[in-house]
Amino acid sequence: MQRELTIAINRGKKITHFSVPEEKTTLLKALYYIKEHTDKSLTFSSSCRSGICGTCAVRVNGKEVLACSYTFEEDDLIEPLAYHEIQRDLKVNKQRVRETLKSSKAWLQKSQEIQVTEEQVAVTEKQTDCILCDSCYSSCPVLEVNPDFIGPFALTRAYRYIADPREGNIKGIIDNIQSNGIWDCTLCGNCTEVCPQGINPKMDITLLRGTSSQFGYSDPNFQVMDFNFGGGF
Amino acid sequence: MLDILIIGSGGAGLTSALTAKEKGATVLVVGKSYPTASQTSMAQGGINASLGNITPDSIQAHIDDTIKSAHKLCDREMVQELCQDAPNTIKWLEKLGVPFDRTNDAKVAQRQLGGASSKRACYAQDYTGLKILHTLYDTCLKEGIEMIEEYFLLNLITEEKRVLGATFLDIVTGEVKEIQAKNTIIATGGYAGIYKGFTTNSEGATGDGIASILRAGGAVSDMEFVQFHPTALKSSSTLISESARGEGGYLVNTKGERFVDELLPRDVVARAIASEMQKGEEVFLDIRHLGEEKLLHLMPQEVRLCRLYEHVDPITELIPIKPVAHYSMGGIDVNHHLEVTGLSNCYAVGECSNAKIHGANRLGGNSLLEIISMGRKAGENAVKSLLPQSNEIESNQRQQDQEYIEGLFEEYPFERNFYAIQHELGRKFYQHAGIVRDNTQLNNLLNELRVIKSDLDNMGIADKQVENNTNLIDFLQFQNSLEIGEVLLDSALVRDESRGAHYKEAFPNEEDKLYRVNSLYWIEDNVLQNKLVKVID
Repeated sequence: MQRELTIAINRGKKITHFSVPEEKTTLLKALYYIKEHTDKSLTFSSSCRSGICGTCAVRVNGKEVLACSYTFEEDDLIEPLAYHEIQRDLKVNKQRVRETLKSSKAWLQKSQEIQVTEEQVAVTEKQTDCILCDSCYSSCPVLEVNPDFIGPFALTRAYRYIADPREGNIKGIIDNIQSNGIWDCTLCGNCTEVCPQGINPKMDITLLRGTSSQFGYSDPNFQVMDFNFGGGF
Repeated sequence: MLDILIIGSGGAGLTSALTAKEKGATVLVVGKSYPTASQTSMAQGGINASLGNITPDSIQAHIDDTIKSAHKLCDREMVQELCQDAPNTIKWLEKLGVPFDRTNDAKVAQRQLGGASSKRACYAQDYTGLKILHTLYDTCLKEGIEMIEEYFLLNLITEEKRVLGATFLDIVTGEVKEIQAKNTIIATGGYAGIYKGFTTNSEGATGDGIASILRAGGAVSDMEFVQFHPTALKSSSTLISESARGEGGYLVNTKGERFVDELLPRDVVARAIASEMQKGEEVFLDIRHLGEEKLLHLMPQEVRLCRLYEHVDPITELIPIKPVAHYSMGGIDVNHHLEVTGLSNCYAVGECSNAKIHGANRLGGNSLLEIISMGRKAGENAVKSLLPQSNEIESNQRQQDQEYIEGLFEEYPFERNFYAIQHELGRKFYQHAGIVRDNTQLNNLLNELRVIKSDLDNMGIADKQVENNTNLIDFLQFQNSLEIGEVLLDSALVRDESRGAHYKEAFPNEEDKLYRVNSLYWIEDNVLQNKLVKVID
């Protein structure tokens, strides 16, 4: 008989333990095994099975992974993404989080016809690999204290467009990522650590701060400090 | 009343929404998943346009290659229109901000794909579909296009063959909703998901839109033509893009021998691989000689997928592969305007449609081109044909669907596990309705499928919670793929010849006299009807 191992799934009201066949395979396969054989009510989201559609992100032992790209182990604890409304078991509402793309206006503001070079495309090659899985958002500690924070993926996307030579209105993006945006980030790097595509939102946010300075913006936290201490000298 | 309802939020749906909105119509995009989760994200290799940036090329050469690959089943006018529009399509995508790779003189980079006489596929590493889709999505947000996610299409609302919108199951609340519109565009994707376990497609490629057209009295065609992609990973069926061979990758057997010209069209290469496997050989993709630097730059995704799903490092090891179901050439039958045959005020576009572009075998790089070029056309045409005044109708479709869904929660003993049947059916479709087909086996499978259909009353859903019930969605998708599978098998049985992706050992030749036809299917008085329609040049 095939050996089995146990994984735990946080289903909101309770944590349920399930036995799945022991094999070196993905967590998504284990979830399907449970749904098809053990408990048809187990609810999770998935689509492409190959790490490109961004649908199946969950947390395993507190860390964000794509279920289709993670090889499960004995006693893993599987939970839904953080800072998302949990709809059922591991299925979350991504709709509200997607609103950050609208508030940051992370799109090409004004398309200008211009020659784009190999090197210029390479600048945002990684950023445009984003699959909107929301792993970075779930890992971000700022959202614990500020639910209105735009969050990492929308800021990476903002950077992706300001770094595109076709963007004819960089300020149009920069203006929208000041409040609850780039200055709220603590640069902890959790987002970079969990990104399944190897994107570095922490670096993108740092670069956005640099561009913001060119448009006359500065760190509001620093201004507050300056106000407190500045008058004494 | 809403002007245009677009069902399906992949590349075709989003493109038609952007175009229709630009032309002044009110639009609403409705999909069963989030737009960025659609199948378009999985397209890797590229999008064809005869720009000639690397090697000399022409629109005529693109047309010729497409027609040749289609094995005389395509509509020349449609192919011509598509190929002519290809350079504009790239320009349009460029304007939106798609980050295509470049040459060192700042032109859009192009690569070789199978069956192409020039380096014609524009690409963004091996993330072409992903980057096009996300750029379209960003543009939709910019243009304020309303998108509703997690609405599962149930049925079209019709009145005397006129389509007036559709009913949906709101997956989150479990309620049945009705959306009426003057015109409807179906862009719901293909049906290769029926080859469960043996397909590169996502779980949702169950042909929901195609099945809804059949139920509404519209026609589908050429459903027997399913493309098998030569190189999917052996154990997981994950796609390894044709660009791997385009860049110079080899196919080798256990002895390390090459056995086919890797850049022939997909149907030929898939059959050559199947034939090696029949002899007991294992088949591998060998890209080691391309070198680490090139592989990591041009095919970062492939390298990752091989390591993750096959536990091999393609930089130093051979990649075990098998051909699996990849693309549906057949689909909703449409005319030159992309209007659905047998219904009015309804359009279909993208993989769910049969615009007679790909014929019996699609060329790599033409599917992304189709969803954008034809997506724009569908959006435009749906606006042009808008009636100035239109009132909502009293329809009992929502009520009927509501009752059906409620019935699923009450009845159904769940004596048979449909998931197990779905897997079994996927395997049998691969074996008997796959790369090489045989009438006895097709017939047996068709009978088996009909038995399963009549046994649906013993299946049903075990999960009885109304909200967020994915067991229910899985079951509805399963039913759709059964309806489609029946047509696929019947049309494969009827076509006693070999043409493109459809191959019968007993009938190895193209029989133009009898079968240079499109096979049309529709339902009349609850009975499946068919007709073979001659292809006219």
